Amino acid sequence: MATSPLPIDDEQDKLDLEAVEVHLLTEGIYQHYGFDFRDYSLPSLRRRLWKRIYAEGLVTISGLQEKVLHDPSCMERLLLDLSINTTAMFRDPSFYLSFRRKIVPLLRTYPFVRIWHAGCSTGEEVYSMAILLQEEGLLERSRIYATDINEAVLQRAKDGIFPLNTMQENTANYIAAGGTGTFSKYYTARYDYALFRPSLRENVVFAQHNLVTDASFNHFNVIFCRNVLIYFNNRLQERVQELFLNSLEMFGILGLGKKETIRYTGVSNNYEELDAEERLYRRIR
Amino acid sequence: MSAAAGSRGSAVAQWASRGFGSTGWSPVVAPPRNRETSQSRGRAIELIVIGCSLGGMHALQVILSSLKQGFCVPIAVAQHRHKKSNEGLPAYFRRETDLKVVDAEDKQWIQPGHVYLAPADYHLLIERNGPRGELSLSVDERVHFSRPSIDVLFESAADAYSDRLAGIVLTGSNDDGAQGAARIKARGGIVIAQDPATAEAPTMPSAAIKAAHVDRILRLEEIAPFLIEVCQTTVSHS
Repeated sequence: MATSPLPIDDEQDKLDLEAVEVHLLTEGIYQHYGFDFRDYSLPSLRRRLWKRIYAEGLVTISGLQEKVLHDPSCMERLLLDLSINTTAMFRDPSFYLSFRRKIVPLLRTYPFVRIWHAGCSTGEEVYSMAILLQEEGLLERSRIYATDINEAVLQRAKDGIFPLNTMQENTANYIAAGGTGTFSKYYTARYDYALFRPSLRENVVFAQHNLVTDASFNHFNVIFCRNVLIYFNNRLQERVQELFLNSLEMFGILGLGKKETIRYTGVSNNYEELDAEERLYRRIR
Repeated sequence: MSAAAGSRGSAVAQWASRGFGSTGWSPVVAPPRNRETSQSRGRAIELIVIGCSLGGMHALQVILSSLKQGFCVPIAVAQHRHKKSNEGLPAYFRRETDLKVVDAEDKQWIQPGHVYLAPADYHLLIERNGPRGELSLSVDERVHFSRPSIDVLFESAADAYSDRLAGIVLTGSNDDGAQGAARIKARGGIVIAQDPATAEAPTMPSAAIKAAHVDRILRLEEIAPFLIEVCQTTVSHS
């Protein structure tokens, strides 16, 4: 068999090459811009990269690498692609219902409640929690720290303006989540948008925080991080779980996305399940 | 943290000492494969992916109920399901089959004898972590108005398993899965389409047949026997 020193151009080689390109791109972005996507889960990352490659009129990941490194505006666009996680108000209503029934009674015993909403994206679930806490009479003595890696996304969260055409679904979720009031009284409809009451975010602090590279910044009674960790590989999930553990008071609550679990991580022994189905855990050691 | 703000030289040195393998995939070090075997389908099928939509409950039931306990090749399913559909689906199928049917969880290892269903309102993707297959979820926007999307499952599985993958497109009323079927073929895997004439909704298998050179067009009740055969023969070749 003739042995060529260079890989033969077939599908497997293309895949191997693509893996190299992803590696180089994420390493380049990290060294040049400081954003660390090196330990993002590969299949989702690859899909998002290709979406940006097509949108920029490019044909390879290496092409995207050149453009991203030389054109910061392209980096901004890619950052949006890589950091917006679609969500809805009261996403998974049963999670909020369980929180209301099982966690709120615990929180009532605290004089003051600190909540960290890590990776809050455009903020729908931050407003959801603020509404829930207000209805339970806890919002006044709570402070929610809502963080995300992306400033542009955070600005949208701060504005509290969401498309009006999502309100029907949001209202249904609100009711299923055990809402005790009338959902429409929390916002004002204007043209195609719903502006949420500014009073809901009086006790919310929006701040940029990078789960991958930044350290713990406080101790919390509750940490939410829903449908963010699924974008990370095992190693990074492990590290972020350590960060959460170190940021959570003893007996503090951790709430994850519906299909996320701490079972496969090293911190699983530090928690007990308060609601296994809804992924609500309590730190016990 | 490695390779941070240090000088270029130190980053490179660190790089060399870590090797490429440190990120979990090893792009360069794999030995060149024997091209002949990979073309003559000598590779064992290590994963089956199934996509279905309208009418899929019944179709899946027919296939899964014919696969007995000894059937080891794991299966991942993307079925269009309503985002509020409850957790009852795995339990429903469990009554019909010896295989272990579960809703997929993020970063779960793929294990023999299991059937993994894409959870409602999540995309299911397949990843390879060294020798191990792994499930990965995302809440990215809908594809073909669907989350889970069949294309997302098929394309990621094709990238992870290349010629060790079999994809099956069943009944459904849109063309989700067609692009994914084409990707599976491009990566050397095999694709089976349900005979549109036997599908409750023929659009989906028809679209796959149009988009990809499918290996077989089979009536619903022929699919499980074919899977049993292809999984046995490829295993005995390897």
